[in-house]
Formats: sequence, C-alpha cells, structure tokens
Amino acid sequence: MAIEVRIPTILRNLTDGQKAVEGKGGTLDELFGDLDARHPGLRDRLVDDKGLRKFVNVYLNDEDVRFLGGLTAEVSDGDSVTILPAVAGG
Amino acid sequence: MRFDSLLDSLGRTPLVGLPRLSPGGDVRLWAKLEDRNPTGSVKDRPAFYMIEKAEKDGLLTPGCTILEPTSGNTGISLAMVAKLRGYRMVCVMPENTSAERRQLLEMWGAEIISSPAAGGSNEAVRVAKRLAAENPSWVMLYQYGNEANALAHYETTGPEILADLPTVTHFVAGLGTTGTLMGVGRYLREQVPDVKIVAAEPRYGELVYGLRNIDEGFIPELYDDSVLTTRFSVGSKDALRRTRELLEQEGIFAGISTGGALHAALGMARKAVAAGERADIVFVVADGGWKYLSTGAYGGTLEEAEARLEGQLWA
Repeated sequence: MAIEVRIPTILRNLTDGQKAVEGKGGTLDELFGDLDARHPGLRDRLVDDKGLRKFVNVYLNDEDVRFLGGLTAEVSDGDSVTILPAVAGG
Repeated sequence: MRFDSLLDSLGRTPLVGLPRLSPGGDVRLWAKLEDRNPTGSVKDRPAFYMIEKAEKDGLLTPGCTILEPTSGNTGISLAMVAKLRGYRMVCVMPENTSAERRQLLEMWGAEIISSPAAGGSNEAVRVAKRLAAENPSWVMLYQYGNEANALAHYETTGPEILADLPTVTHFVAGLGTTGTLMGVGRYLREQVPDVKIVAAEPRYGELVYGLRNIDEGFIPELYDDSVLTTRFSVGSKDALRRTRELLEQEGIFAGISTGGALHAALGMARKAVAAGERADIVFVVADGGWKYLSTGAYGGTLEEAEARLEGQLWA
C-alpha cells in the first residue's frame, strides 16, 4: 500500500500525464520529497520557502491540510491526497 | 407575517431539525432554509447589503450600471434589487452554469456576458475586472472582496441562528465568496465558546481547474482562514448523494451545493458521536433545487447524474 496523490491537469507535464501517482512518507513534506525524486520539479511547484504555495490547495482524505498542520500533516498508507489550484466560487 | 415590501421580508428564515438524518440522541442536525428568501437563495442577504452600502457611500446613484462576476445566485439577487431600485445590471457568468440561472437573470432584466467555461469563476472575475477598468462609470460591487457581504451574515444570519438555537456547536456552509462563513463564523465565535466553523468547498470536474498556470489561482479577499475550524473538499458525487438523501428522508428539495454542506455536516456529526460529545450542527441550505432541474441532478442513477454534472459549476 502507498499514498495516492491526485495531480491537477496543470501539473501533469511533471508526471508524464498521469492523473494520479503514488508515494510514501510519514508527513506531507516527506511525501512531496518522495514524489519529487521520481517527478523532478513537482515539489517546487507546490512549496516555496514559506510552506505551501498560496494558490495551491492540498486535501488529505478531502480535508484541507492547512487545517491539519500543513506540510507537517501526518500521512499514512491508504490515504488519498488531492492537489488542486485555488478557484473562485460565488 | 406582514411586510411593507418584498425586500423587507428578507432573512428571518426557518431553522428546521432533521429527525431522520440526525444520528440521534445528543447529536442533532439543523437546516437553515435560505431558499426562503425573496429570490430563493442565501445571496439575497449580501446582495441587499452591498447595494445599500454602495447607496449610502454615494457610489450608486439612480441610473447607474452595476457589474458583477457571478456563477448565478448573487447575480440573480442583485438583478432583482437593481430592478426595484432602477439600476442597470450586467453579470459576467461562466458559460458552464445551469440554464435556469440564465433565464432568471434575464427575467429580472440583467444583461449577461459569458466567460469561458475553463477556469470557472476565476475567468468571470478576470473578465469583470477588465470590463470595470474599461467602463469606469460602472459600479462593481465585487462580492469576493466587499465587506458588506460578510457583514450581512454577521448582522443577520449569525444572530438568527443563535437566537433559534442557543446550544449551537457547529456551523457548516458552502465556501464560495467565503462571505457566509466569515460573517456567521465571526459572530458565533464571539458568542459561543469553542464553536466549530466548517467549510464545504465544491470539488468540480477538471475543466474548472484548467488554468494556464497555478499563479492564476484565486482566493477571495474576504477569506481569513483563522475564522474556520476546518475545510472539506466535496466532490459532485457526494454532494448529489446527500442532496437526494435530504429530499428522500427529510422532504427538503435543495440545490446541489447544499448536499456538499450536508456531507460535511454529517462528517462532523459522525465525529461527535465517536467522541461521545453532544452536538447541534447547523448547515446552510443555500438554495432550492429548482435552478438545477435541467442538469438532471435528481433523476437516474447517481453515476448518471455525476456524469451529467461533469464540467458544470453546481455551486
């Protein structure tokens, strides 16, 4: 088992067009590091020196990780992570 | 109840219990029926507040043109008030919204400028900002950054909920402009220790997230994440399933975004039951289902309905 990570259209040039990739790690930060080893450049599109980039939303099992500790949020096998750009509603 | 005019009847909507969908015992769900507003949605509150404020500030004078980017409900509310007050109304709306929204806008005399489906409301905001720059005499109330939007909920929706349910522990609503959650959230946090404020954000099909780059993302200026306890992303399948459950089990015919809020509310209810805590969970019925009949949300299997909604803005 691994952690499934859903990739938005806009970042699929970094995952050979794959809609979802798998990775491992104990925290979101470790997971992104693991993904970056196979998909170089991915981490940089999600994270800057202040943490998650402003217009990037990451959901762990449908919950916004900014309310779960951000990059330090704990993840484990079987979890599902969804990455989406921030969009307007209303 | 008697009112001097339709606008005077705004707000004071019913809060109804959900005896069948509530887990029971000490954990109860309550629906705030915002479809019982003059044009049938929660947006009547911010629309009225934003127009009143702009009139008070001297921005809006008779004969003015109002411009607004909207996926529908705010535009419909503004168009109704604009009609009564003698303003011209121009809406910028993504083309992937339901036919009924378009019909209602036209019925109240609004002019519609379509923005591309890809990028969803982000594109509508961009087009509206461009039009505002090209037409300096037009007044863009701009629901995403207008404090009167959140203030409407701080001064009306929040106090109504607390008056009807002093034991409220959770407030759950859809996240769009963020006005409902910011306004009600701030009010309840001041009044109710440890109240939980929970956002249910719609998760659409890929088309809507088809931006050219991530820096084209958009966060409403009103948004302050310190007001929220947490935020859930709810996909169209879960939203549709809950919309149908609300109809079948409680008789409430609501729009699809309400299903999203109910889904998050039920998640919080499950947590409260597991923790052995009491909970009175209020969620917002943002509008009725009427405007979504043409989307096929209520007929056929869930999978069929989900497929029909792909790429549509349903909140």
